[in-house]
Amino acid sequence: MTSPGESGGRETWPLWEVFVRSSRGLSHVHAGSLHAPDETMAVRNARDLYTRRAEGVSVWVVPASAITASDPDARGAFFESPQGKEYRHATYYTESDAVPHL
Amino acid sequence: MSTITGTDRPDDLDEIHAGERRFAELLANEQRVEPTDWMPEGYRKTLIRQISQHAHSEIIGMQPEGNWITRAPSLKRKAILMAKVQDEAGHGLYLYSAAQTLGIDRDTMFEQLITGAAKYSSIFNYTTPTWADMGSIGWLVDGAAICNQVPLCRASYGPYGRAMVRICKEESFHQRQGFEILLTLMRGTDGQRAMAQESVNRWYAPALMMFGPPDDDSPNSKQSMAWNIKRFSNDELRQRFVDMLVPQAEILGVTLPDPDIAWNEERGHYDFGELDWNEFREVLAGHGPANAIRVARRREAHEDGAWVREAARAYAHRQAARRSAELAEAVAS
Repeated sequence: MTSPGESGGRETWPLWEVFVRSSRGLSHVHAGSLHAPDETMAVRNARDLYTRRAEGVSVWVVPASAITASDPDARGAFFESPQGKEYRHATYYTESDAVPHL
Repeated sequence: MSTITGTDRPDDLDEIHAGERRFAELLANEQRVEPTDWMPEGYRKTLIRQISQHAHSEIIGMQPEGNWITRAPSLKRKAILMAKVQDEAGHGLYLYSAAQTLGIDRDTMFEQLITGAAKYSSIFNYTTPTWADMGSIGWLVDGAAICNQVPLCRASYGPYGRAMVRICKEESFHQRQGFEILLTLMRGTDGQRAMAQESVNRWYAPALMMFGPPDDDSPNSKQSMAWNIKRFSNDELRQRFVDMLVPQAEILGVTLPDPDIAWNEERGHYDFGELDWNEFREVLAGHGPANAIRVARRREAHEDGAWVREAARAYAHRQAARRSAELAEAVAS
């Protein structure tokens, strides 16, 4: 398990990951990262850095060290193979192709 | 990886081979490489160098324009210039973040910049003695930067490409505002027109050199193109830039300071004259008009800000300690 974007804790200020909601009704999306001494400054820096052109109506900041990511080397084993599981998709069911509203 | 010792070494090698295969596959399929993927050391080093140099260029690039914020001719121009300089700070920060995902920390990059160990675009070592230079920087320097940067949005390294997408969106305002400054001057008095022309005369050749040395003198280009970092050669991009510039200069009414510019029907491109690559190497080697000032000012700003960074960190630590003490008390009671 690794934290993305971390570089070993030698920095003056910790690293934060920034998530921006671009408009009401949409989810927060990862915009980038920044350094800040604490969460208050991180939110302010995030506003200045990632929303200079009204790109957002809400920002989240998360300490990069608090994020747990899946192990990239275990890609195959961790993510189940989609092979042979076409039945999980609507397109698998062709008998109803000609039936309206289905 | 010169010796194999211990019993688990062959497994490591298997893993490296699997990583190499996967990396080659990603490139062949025009897919992105992400920070946690295996990548060749050379690829990582090239990217760290390129991205951090790019970040340094944005940070140093604030200085030639910052020079004019207090003297811009109107409140509107001041506001625009401040927005532009703020964007450049932002671009530097996006790029530093992208470089960090490759395993270099930001303090190290700052250190490399202020000690002069790192390079940045040599264009920022030219001075900005007139207001028209704000126009030339926007039109020519940012114009060349956009030409260079648009293909980088498709660079194979994910975080770099994503940073470039954001940067390119913002750069087009920079170029247009520069063009508008020059257009306003060209519609003004004789003195203003002369000022605009004189400035274009100074910036044209350095802007063309921003694409780097000619292809046969650019040893790293081939490898960068094989790694899908660089998409077009220096000379291809330079040609593309000149082709865009000539009609724009006509609209402005300025003359590009190169008597060899002529439409070449056969090639379908504008021909242009030889550039002074000695000057390029000189400026890059630190002998430009403002190299020393740029780095000295950056170092000064960094050192003057040290107490702020330390105070903010001390405050954050104290607040965190207070919070955990309160929490412990609440749990105990």
